[in-house]
Amino acid sequence: MRINCPVCGERDRREFYYGGDAVAMHRPAPDAGVEVWDSYVHLRENPAGQTRDLWHHEAGCGAWLVVTRNTVTHAISDVALAKEAKR
Amino acid sequence: MGYSGFRVIKEGLFGQKGWKPVWRNPEPKAEYDIVIIGGGGHGLSTAFYLAKEHGLKNIAVLEKGYLGGGNVGRNTTIVRANYQLPGNSEFYSHSLKLWENLENELNYNVMHSQRGLINLFHSDGQRDAFVRRGNAMINQGDDAELLDRDGVRKHLPYLDFENTRFPIYGGLLHRRGGTARHDAVAWGYARGADQRGVDLIQNCEVTGIDIENGVVKGVQTTRGAIRAKKVAIVTAGRSGQVAALAGMRLPIESHILQAFVTEGLKPVIDHVVSFGMGHFYISQSDKGGLVFGGDLDFYSSYASRGNLPMKEHVMDAAMTLMPMIGKAKVLRSWGGIMDMTPDGSPIIDKTHIEGLFVDCGWCYGGFKAVPGSGFSLAHLIATGNHHEPAAKFRLDRFRTGRGLMDEEGTGAQHNLH
Amino acid sequence: MRLRKAAVTVPFTFDGVKYQGVAGETLAAALLANGVKLVARSFKYHRPRGVMGAGSEEPNALVTIGTGAEADPNVRATVQEVYEGLAAFSQNAWPTLKNDVMAVNDFAAPFLGAGFYYKTFMWPKAFWEKLYEPIIRRAAGLGALSGRSDPDTYEKAFAFCDVLVIGAGPAGLMAALVAGRSGADVILAEEDTALGGRLLSEIEEIDGAPALDWVASVAAELSAMPNVRIMTRTSVTGAYDQGTFGALERVGDFAPRRAGLPRACFWRIVAKRSVLCAGSLERSIAFPNNDRPGVMMAGAVRAYVNRWGVAPGHKVAIFGNTDDVARTARDLRAAGVQVVAELDSRTGARVIDTAGRHGLQSIKVAQNGKTRKIEADCLAVTGGWNPTVHLTCHMNGRPVWDPEIASFVPSAGAVPNLVTAGACHGVFETMGCLADAAQITEAALRNMDIKAAKVVLPQADQSPYNIAPLWMVEGKGRKWIDFQNDVHVKDVRLAAQENFRSVEHMKRYTTQGMAPDQGKSSNVVALAVLADATGRGIPETGTTTFRPPFVPVPIAAMGAGSKGKGFAPQRFTTSHKASVAAGAPMIEAGLWYRPSYFPIAGETTWRQSCDREVGMVRNAVGIVDVSTLGKIDIQGPDAAKLLDFVYTNTFSTLKVGKVRYGLMLREDGHVLDDGTTACLGENHYVMTTTTAAAGLVLRHLEYVLQIVRPDLDAKVISVTEQWAQFGIAGPKSRDVINGIIDTPIDDASFPYMACGEVSIGGIGARLFRISFSGEQAYELAVPARYGASLYEQLVADAAKLGGGPYGMEALNVLRIEKGFITHAEIHGRVTAFDIGMDRMVSRKKDCIGLTMAAREGLMDETREQLVGLKPAGAVQQMAAGAHLFEAGAEAVRVNDQGYVTSVGFSPTLGCMIGLGFLERGRARHGEVIRMVDHLRGIDATLEVCDPVFFDPEGGRLRG
Repeated sequence: MRINCPVCGERDRREFYYGGDAVAMHRPAPDAGVEVWDSYVHLRENPAGQTRDLWHHEAGCGAWLVVTRNTVTHAISDVALAKEAKR
Repeated sequence: MGYSGFRVIKEGLFGQKGWKPVWRNPEPKAEYDIVIIGGGGHGLSTAFYLAKEHGLKNIAVLEKGYLGGGNVGRNTTIVRANYQLPGNSEFYSHSLKLWENLENELNYNVMHSQRGLINLFHSDGQRDAFVRRGNAMINQGDDAELLDRDGVRKHLPYLDFENTRFPIYGGLLHRRGGTARHDAVAWGYARGADQRGVDLIQNCEVTGIDIENGVVKGVQTTRGAIRAKKVAIVTAGRSGQVAALAGMRLPIESHILQAFVTEGLKPVIDHVVSFGMGHFYISQSDKGGLVFGGDLDFYSSYASRGNLPMKEHVMDAAMTLMPMIGKAKVLRSWGGIMDMTPDGSPIIDKTHIEGLFVDCGWCYGGFKAVPGSGFSLAHLIATGNHHEPAAKFRLDRFRTGRGLMDEEGTGAQHNLH
Repeated sequence: MRLRKAAVTVPFTFDGVKYQGVAGETLAAALLANGVKLVARSFKYHRPRGVMGAGSEEPNALVTIGTGAEADPNVRATVQEVYEGLAAFSQNAWPTLKNDVMAVNDFAAPFLGAGFYYKTFMWPKAFWEKLYEPIIRRAAGLGALSGRSDPDTYEKAFAFCDVLVIGAGPAGLMAALVAGRSGADVILAEEDTALGGRLLSEIEEIDGAPALDWVASVAAELSAMPNVRIMTRTSVTGAYDQGTFGALERVGDFAPRRAGLPRACFWRIVAKRSVLCAGSLERSIAFPNNDRPGVMMAGAVRAYVNRWGVAPGHKVAIFGNTDDVARTARDLRAAGVQVVAELDSRTGARVIDTAGRHGLQSIKVAQNGKTRKIEADCLAVTGGWNPTVHLTCHMNGRPVWDPEIASFVPSAGAVPNLVTAGACHGVFETMGCLADAAQITEAALRNMDIKAAKVVLPQADQSPYNIAPLWMVEGKGRKWIDFQNDVHVKDVRLAAQENFRSVEHMKRYTTQGMAPDQGKSSNVVALAVLADATGRGIPETGTTTFRPPFVPVPIAAMGAGSKGKGFAPQRFTTSHKASVAAGAPMIEAGLWYRPSYFPIAGETTWRQSCDREVGMVRNAVGIVDVSTLGKIDIQGPDAAKLLDFVYTNTFSTLKVGKVRYGLMLREDGHVLDDGTTACLGENHYVMTTTTAAAGLVLRHLEYVLQIVRPDLDAKVISVTEQWAQFGIAGPKSRDVINGIIDTPIDDASFPYMACGEVSIGGIGARLFRISFSGEQAYELAVPARYGASLYEQLVADAAKLGGGPYGMEALNVLRIEKGFITHAEIHGRVTAFDIGMDRMVSRKKDCIGLTMAAREGLMDETREQLVGLKPAGAVQQMAAGAHLFEAGAEAVRVNDQGYVTSVGFSPTLGCMIGLGFLERGRARHGEVIRMVDHLRGIDATLEVCDPVFFDPEGGRLRG
């Protein structure tokens, strides 16, 4: 897989660290309750199709990226800096 | 029909004409007592034990493709009971005991071979961690032996003891660990279940789960609606999609695990060797192919195929550990879809929907669990009570934090286990 | 037999017999030229086998090249080029290829049908592992590994291009020409040694001249283009995401070994577009006894005759179902080889049997209701051609059935941005290949906004294909489908009979297609036989799939560079050389190396050194390199808020010039790491992490800043390698420090947990008063380039005060004596509560892990808690990894109450001490329990105690 880092350009997958579902960007409030937190930390939509997940350009610029990606074909339709991504 | 050496000779003399179909091709009935979604190893063994241990007959296994076409047909065939945490320990111990009598139980040669599994360690700290594991195995009643460097050399003289990047300090030997012929396990259970009256229905995809007032009523399939009193989702690799038909979200992310096989070679690797530091493990099949694998591809995927960086990493690990393997040629590689859970351990449980069960989250360890999983799930479905060796595989453990079984200690990030 | 004059000057051996070959020809060609027919034994029945094909798909002629550690098993004789001194050996035969004892299997064949082993060998139970399986394993396998380290070198490389053209037959050459002339960056990868593909082996004309003239002119033009890279001997092995391909280049294996020349190079090629021109592979027909040496593919026969000038036989018969029958006859006659029969199945001719034990002698033919025997030592067979769809399957593409050519063609879009052209696209005649490739490449270029240059198509062969499918011929005797795995028609029928009707079941049950050739020549035939046996059409029966690699790839090639130390980087501290010079055994700490202990004269065991070093730190001063710990520089207006959010305790109250210990959780509430963070200035901190978690923590901080709290204005960067840092520990540590830094310090100016900038000979340095030993201790950091000299100075100064360097063993004992934890304790499953640090979790602010750490299961009093452990019985030994039980309880799982994490002999206390986790441990101090290490055979009684064994008040820390 190759990911088009908005900072560095297209790079091989081996430069990146996968950080799980982009649901991580929606951290609940501390008092949101155990169900909400369980859902945030553990439960996943896990779609067979389009998903948004987080990648760290660890061997590059260090940016965390939000990658919109198809889990069946591995086609990547969008890459954005996590800091600037829509939440 | 019974299988035996005598029978093989007799059929050989008469042109193999007498062999009967290993299973029927029944049309789905309108209603079953129990419907098992998924005709992989776990689904088939569940059906088998429901029939054998609990005398139940009105059972269907619904498989969207062909029997044994999931991860039971694409793994590295390792069978072991070397877990250390309560919950896993007793479960895999029980499963291994079932393996040890499986040929007899199924009248099918699944080629279970206890070749011995050696986990290598490369520092004092790793040794202590493996000692803790080995002691847990013995406490459970299983076997483990600590090997020092020379002990490893005696078993595995072909490793690079001089120049490898992470020097070999020793290993944990699990003599009862080994391998089996993966397809045969699926076929053996399928045949056994069919013989006991279970309907194995292939090319039958479940498209809906019927639930009324919190009680499961049956399933919708590509071959029509089927009513059922109890339904079990046994579809590792696709657990999330099938559970979604019942409106459930699971603590699972799907990941690809690759495996590799080389061309046939004369016997050279006798054991199962596991090189955790390099995420590499290997054994040699009876046909002579070296069967090996590594870590997950690391990102969620349903692609059923592996990526190139991980392939290279696996070969890299092979070369530092056992450079005598260099001229072996990789013939084929493939990728299975793993149900990765937040603690790396599986789930066998009831759900909040009455009559609906889940058996999922096997991560990359589902093959060795095939007998145990089927046995325990059958027990749960038939009796309503958790089978003791699998009693800790609860769905709610993540919410409560009670009884987590994080063998790797990497925490609630699904792909890190 | 050679058909033309050639310089037969290359000596080589096969099974020890000397032969001569021609430079550049394949081993198969050379063997056939020397009249060697029998080259291998089959996998299961040990049937005599000869060369069948002329390319990498060869199922039969697998040999071992070389001897000793250089022995290379399972090499295709049809690909291996001969070179001077090449020594080839047959495989899977004993004692000789001709008299192979295991050929007895062939007589037992009636009992060894598909899957017979699933039905037997079950009784008596113990015999499987003791008897049956060892026999099966010895009989199985083809070649052998030497068991010795691969002595050869291999390489890996990356390449990038606009257009990757895979295959250099007529279509590939045309594709490369169009793309090259258009200015695109082109890589043309060809598996063969030469460009031309089938044109190398056929007699055809292009524009009225021999086709090879056209090949030569195109090759010359491409070679002259700076934007075209031609890679011969390069098999593209796999198609991966976003235009990435794997490729194996055979670099040095066609010549005697030469220093510095790798055997092979594994390429990762990234292409914006790719054109697959992989051609097609000929298939056989399943007729009785179709596997004898001498029965060959017709296309291969033409290759040997036309390309290599070698006649595979003196009397050649031809059997097939396309116009290739006539083409083969024409070429043989033109070369002066006797054609004894042209058996075109479309006219009703069938070969119904063959004879000849070690080589074909005759065939039996049925035609017009009569059967006749024909003497022949070679039978050229064609069952038609299968497009080489393999790469289009690698990303789960399913080929589609094309009844016109009675085979599968690639499905469009099977691999993103890959198009297929020529024979692999189902276009078989040369003219069509050229036109197809030109058109498809032009479209691909347009698609990437490159204007396609005009290429005038030459005139080429347009002879039709005219296939009438013929899959098998009934008759007595086994009709082989998969030659490599010894699968024949009856096996496939048995699979169907036993209801292994799915194509996947059939493959797995019979093992058809699972041999080294991945069923390249057998898959379609097997499918047809299965379709017939189950009464279905071929497309309904299923499609074949292929997985990477296209051709087998040596592990050494894909793992090039990783042998020995190459597997992972080695990280060395600035004191590494000095430690090695001092005789310290160096041990791995992650990727780093650290000294274990520093033996001095008279010490014969590590324990003696360790005990001395511990005493040295407790009584004088010790020096230790702590540079491997992660150091992260944190700056920005919100730096303190970041620390508050990642640590459980509060850092925003930390004053400039002070250090604080912090505990970090994962979001799931378990401990991630611990360490100290120093406040160096307003909004400027330096965090230390454990050695193991340095990368993890940096990533975690970036995660928090970019994902969870993008509102925080702070920046983090690793400075681990920028600073060399040394611990100076012991009652005399300040004396050492003051001897080195420019302005001396004292307790008042530099109390416990102070930090600040100092200078050493005018060089800026950082000083921290922190301790991992429980003694008065400092850590002194200098820019890494000064590390080596500072270390030498520190050690020398310490020696004057009765001190010296200490290693990891002593460090470990010192920290256990103080109950300080490492990753042996915080192993990923423990909480702050478990390690007795719950009071460090501030509830006044949010932090990562705060909420999940409060889950009921994580705060349960019955959890295993950190305790100190010391011997309380006759057995004074303790062992990390041992389990804990109530005194007198049986050592079984249900009684298991915990385990020992760290142990060491404390010279300070004069006994073993340890740390461990014990159920409800904090409430059990003083209790006597049982410790069992089954593995090491230790069964001891221990007393549970506080984890801090030494100086619990901490007076020594404060000086």
